[in-house]
Amino acid sequence: MADARIQLPPAAKRGENFEVKIAIRHAMETGYRVDDVGKPIPRNVIRELTCKYNGAEVLKVDMSSGFAANPLLQFWLVAQDAGDISFEWSDDLGKKYAEKATLSVA
Amino acid sequence: MRAPALLLLCAAAVVACAALAQTPVAAPAAAPLAAPIPAPPGMPTKRVIPLDQLKSGLAYTGDEVRAQQADDFGNPGMLWVERGEKIWNTADGTSGKSCASCHGDAKQGMKGVSVRYPAIDPATHRLQNIEARINASRVNDQKAAAFTLESEDMLAITAFINMQSRGQPIHVATDGEARAHFERGRAFYYTRRGQMNMSCATCHEQSFGKRLFAETLSQGQPNDFPIYRLEWQTMGSLHRRFRACLYGVRAELQPVGSQDFLDLELFLAWRAEGLKGEAPGVRR
Repeated sequence: MADARIQLPPAAKRGENFEVKIAIRHAMETGYRVDDVGKPIPRNVIRELTCKYNGAEVLKVDMSSGFAANPLLQFWLVAQDAGDISFEWSDDLGKKYAEKATLSVA
Repeated sequence: MRAPALLLLCAAAVVACAALAQTPVAAPAAAPLAAPIPAPPGMPTKRVIPLDQLKSGLAYTGDEVRAQQADDFGNPGMLWVERGEKIWNTADGTSGKSCASCHGDAKQGMKGVSVRYPAIDPATHRLQNIEARINASRVNDQKAAAFTLESEDMLAITAFINMQSRGQPIHVATDGEARAHFERGRAFYYTRRGQMNMSCATCHEQSFGKRLFAETLSQGQPNDFPIYRLEWQTMGSLHRRFRACLYGVRAELQPVGSQDFLDLELFLAWRAEGLKGEAPGVRR
């Protein structure tokens, strides 16, 4: 099932900046809350997220319980070659996720 | 004294036997209605907010929330819409059918559908909202398990289907079999309840536009649901919103999908006649 949405410009120009957006569906359970019967809900937040542009790491985010649920990240990269913008992230439950989008460069 | 009593007992036993011996009769065509809710004193019998003064809850949320809802990438509800689209196109159940197998492209097939609900289901003569309609289709046509109300999958598929009715005016039928449901919904709406002794109308008809602590009271319109509520940090249905309101006035809570909530949903849809669908909404 869909866990994330990635937005890239339809085409980037070589050498110019372009914006990357990623929205991730994740509860980002803080670990500070309790359920209806008072039992603590274990923390489950995304711990580490990396973004690779054609295999080279361009962004690494250390995330914590300070992030809202369903986080949206946006940042800028410099367009070089056409190729994959791929994301990988993992949460406290040890679950690993990956999603990618393809950038075309004019 | 004793003889007539004995006789009476025998007579009762005979009647009971006769009742047991009777072959089971087919269920009545119309499902039995829940007991009517008595109309509270002074209940309006006409529209209180004129049709040309209806405003979506979006008008009361503030600029940031409006901007977030308008941006189809920044709107977190779109994460559920995307999941809903996958559910729409994925075969499920023993029939091996997906929603798309029968309904085709949702952009055409589902346009203007959700704004007609709740509606009476011709097969069961019961009032159905869009969630109940989806589950009926899953169980009867797809031969799949019904989605639990408020589950991620149910929210996703309703968000996806309701989004196809963006810009479509709400119009529900309140005549015929729906009438009794409508009257129950109206009586529920105007009945004061809870420790705060407030009815829905106290906030949403007499005080909309005014402040309740940090929030601005809305007209309580149902056209954006399901919504991504920042307080919840997730999606929720209209019924979850009802529960939040009941909790706020410290009234007895009801489970999502209850008959009272369904009837209230019908009344709200009538009250919102002509308002345009805006799902998925974003709210504080």
